Amino acid sequence: MNIPQNLQYLKSHEWVHLEGDTATVGISDFAQEQLGDVVYVELPKVGQIASSDETLAVVESVKTASDIYSPVSGEVIEVNASLEGSPEQINESPYELGWLFKVRVTGLSSELLDPSSYHLVAEAEA
Amino acid sequence: MTAHTELKRTPLYEKHRSSKARMVEFGGWDMPVQYQGLIAEHLAVRQAVGVFDVSHMGQFIFTGPDALTFLQFATSNSLAKLPIGRAQYNMLPNSSGGLVDDIYIYHLESEKYLMVVNASNIDKDFTHLKNLLISKELPEPFKVALENKSDDYALLAVQGPHTRAVLDPFCSVDLNAVKKNDVLPATLFDLEVLLACTGYTGEDGFEIFCTPEQAPIIWDHLLEQNITPCGLGSRDTLRLEAGFPLYGHEFSETLNPLETHMAWAIKMHKSFFGKEALVSLEIKHKLIGLKLGGKGIPREGYEVYCGGKKVGYISSGTMSPSLKCGIAMAFVEKDVAILGSSLQIKIREQMFDARVVEPVFLEK
Repeated sequence: MNIPQNLQYLKSHEWVHLEGDTATVGISDFAQEQLGDVVYVELPKVGQIASSDETLAVVESVKTASDIYSPVSGEVIEVNASLEGSPEQINESPYELGWLFKVRVTGLSSELLDPSSYHLVAEAEA
Repeated sequence: MTAHTELKRTPLYEKHRSSKARMVEFGGWDMPVQYQGLIAEHLAVRQAVGVFDVSHMGQFIFTGPDALTFLQFATSNSLAKLPIGRAQYNMLPNSSGGLVDDIYIYHLESEKYLMVVNASNIDKDFTHLKNLLISKELPEPFKVALENKSDDYALLAVQGPHTRAVLDPFCSVDLNAVKKNDVLPATLFDLEVLLACTGYTGEDGFEIFCTPEQAPIIWDHLLEQNITPCGLGSRDTLRLEAGFPLYGHEFSETLNPLETHMAWAIKMHKSFFGKEALVSLEIKHKLIGLKLGGKGIPREGYEVYCGGKKVGYISSGTMSPSLKCGIAMAFVEKDVAILGSSLQIKIREQMFDARVVEPVFLEK
């Protein structure tokens, strides 16, 4: 199971990378594997205000639609528009090309997990 | 799924685990939902050939001089003209205008029929049929033995346009002479099996009825021929594209099968159990197909609207891997079931236009 050490996670399988006041958010390798082929992504709008632990995006595979929760609060400053044409990047590169949105952080979710805690969560569901 | 539930396993369970299939619970069974990926598996069946483990499905055998008469009573389609060596789609009506199950019946020999039923309905169907056998509606006891042989059969479905070409060199019968819905004994990979030209994908193909011991051997032979192993995920998208209903979605104990495009399998010229209830029901809804133009994936349970008024709901929906758009089957008020017109599907509080089509999405 690929769980990078430099990220934090939610138990609902989102990852967040914090750099200065910018947070980049995506879904974990485990999550993309569980979803299967991703065929559609609904992203937030730039300028939208995100509240931590609220639904901010939807990732849909052939089989199911999955709500994506924001691990942080703040303003959405960028979305990964390339996912509209190539949603499969979430399967192929969940931690790099498959990122979903970036937020200028004003607050963090109180539920953030470190990599080893998240590993336990994912393992329990596998 | 709760931890204390003991899921049933097919004879191919170890094969699925060792080929790293993702397993899910389905109707009480631990089944593969996908191997390398749903879309790749779906397209393999549409363009080449794939194999499904459908050993979880149930098999009942009916033998005896009254087998035909009893099945004519228990089912809605007519078996009167079904010769030995042929199979047909059929239904088990209940007493209130719904279905106990939808099924397939194979005429194997004189006075011998095989019924294939949905995995999650095996126990219910068997009890229903046993009760019918002793029901007061019958003038005298029927001379028919009914056996649940579900544990004695494994079932592999090899589906796709290349099926005949790939299997023919390993089969004792000339597969090119076999027609849709034929069923016959054959030797395949030197093993004696029952071969049926049936399946639920909308493609040409064969279903192989074999013993639990033969199943892993045949599975390995099939994979050696580069046949793609496929899971229940692609089985569902394939059947939906082909316009095949699925029990629990388009059929149930309460849904009226006369509202679907499978009503052809209900023959009003014969008498059968549950006919009076079916006839007396008012037809209020119609099962339609919905096809989305742009974005949006319809899912089971989503509401369907016409001019702001709710007119129905989606019974099955997906992104079609072949058509690359959202498709669905939906029960809607029959007045708005107009081919070519537009209805709206509510997806996460947003309305998406969808075109009303026949609930068959593949152009063949």
